[in-house]
Amino acid sequence: MMASDEPMAEISCTVNGQPVRAHVPLRQSLVDFVRHGLGLTGSHVGCEHGVCGACHAVVDGRVVRGCLMLAVQVDGRTVTTIETDQPTAQMRALQDTFFERAALQCGFCTPGMILQASELLTRTAAPTRAEIRDALSGNYCRCTGYHAIVDAVETAAARLRDKAAA
Amino acid sequence: MKPPRFDYLRPQTLAEAVELLDRHGGDAAILAGGQSLMPMLNLRVAQPAVLIDINAVPELDRIGRSGDRLSIGGRARHNDVFRSAEVAQAAPLLTVALEHVAHEAIRNRGTLGGSLALADPAAELPACMVCLDAEIVTASVKGERRIPAGAFFQGLYTTTLEPNEILARVDVPAAGTDWRFGFDEVARRRGDFAMAGVAVAVREESKAVAECRISLLGVEMSPRRMEAVEMCLLDAPLGTAANIVAAQSALRDTLEPIEGSEIPPEYRIQIAHELLARVIRAMAAPVSGKRTH
Repeated sequence: MMASDEPMAEISCTVNGQPVRAHVPLRQSLVDFVRHGLGLTGSHVGCEHGVCGACHAVVDGRVVRGCLMLAVQVDGRTVTTIETDQPTAQMRALQDTFFERAALQCGFCTPGMILQASELLTRTAAPTRAEIRDALSGNYCRCTGYHAIVDAVETAAARLRDKAAA
Repeated sequence: MKPPRFDYLRPQTLAEAVELLDRHGGDAAILAGGQSLMPMLNLRVAQPAVLIDINAVPELDRIGRSGDRLSIGGRARHNDVFRSAEVAQAAPLLTVALEHVAHEAIRNRGTLGGSLALADPAAELPACMVCLDAEIVTASVKGERRIPAGAFFQGLYTTTLEPNEILARVDVPAAGTDWRFGFDEVARRRGDFAMAGVAVAVREESKAVAECRISLLGVEMSPRRMEAVEMCLLDAPLGTAANIVAAQSALRDTLEPIEGSEIPPEYRIQIAHELLARVIRAMAAPVSGKRTH
């Protein structure tokens, strides 16, 4: 709970395709805003200092650390979280292959992984395993390990290429 | 782990930004990419009364070449510099070094000016700017000030940036085709700050090194030119065995490594010693191809 004298600001933005107006504490992070202000709990609060990648969200088309951006900074911007009902083809393919390959256990890191891998596949249709590992080097998984995750991203990339060729 | 309270200002022009900064000075922090400032706020190692968010200021992220000068705006995001064709052509050292800077999401937000103003001893970009002989251009209510990169970095997290100045842009001399660059570093994990790293620039005339600039990261408190090492490479073809040994020896004699961290100073020197040889050999015999590991 915030104290009644907490400095606040009005913001308006687009979140997962919907216009949002909100009254936010100046010092509230983007990830706290989407979780507590909007009930979008797919972006997770992990380390809160930009190390783990669990809090990822997409702002104006780029993946960002949700703990290192302020809610007030998305005023006028477009935010996408894992909950979007208009996922990209990359996100859909990754959600399928993460499930099939069991590329998660507790799932805490998964939304951040999917968003970051999706950005990679949007930019690079056929990434090498080294490039996948590089792209996900800022996303920590503490239970599954990374092999299955890299496998899942590789398979999603192959499927998207097949679909594009068909 | 939440930040302390602060006031938040979002100027719409550079003039407004420097005016606000002049008014608040030492009580204010510039919020650009936030990839270092926000962790410091969350950890409460920084408690500025006012944040001046410069993300709405136009032009500050511009990357452009004018003649033999490449200008990169202070708010240019790492990934925009990394993927810029103009940068790859005029300052390829930056393209190679940026591959080592943090991670995708951090590079999407983090800025050149932020990295230089923070002056972390292990950061890649300060060392690169010294190696490139770049000029830091600041803006304040008094106008612009130009500072050679070699004079900008003063020590651990210390620069000559005044409290009322914004790091507006960096001017880098565009490299001619007679220049070659090399960069490598060793970090414990991908994207971590380096335990040691080396940046090298050489200009050749008639297959001999005519000019040479070398700077290090992660070894000393702040980057500087390694002039004694550079001398060892002059007036000979790049990468002769004797010159590499001489340069390594000069490096050992020159370095004043960071003391008292978890990385032993001798280990930083050992890495720098090995990297120097590797970078020079790679520059002398470049091989193309992707990293395979």
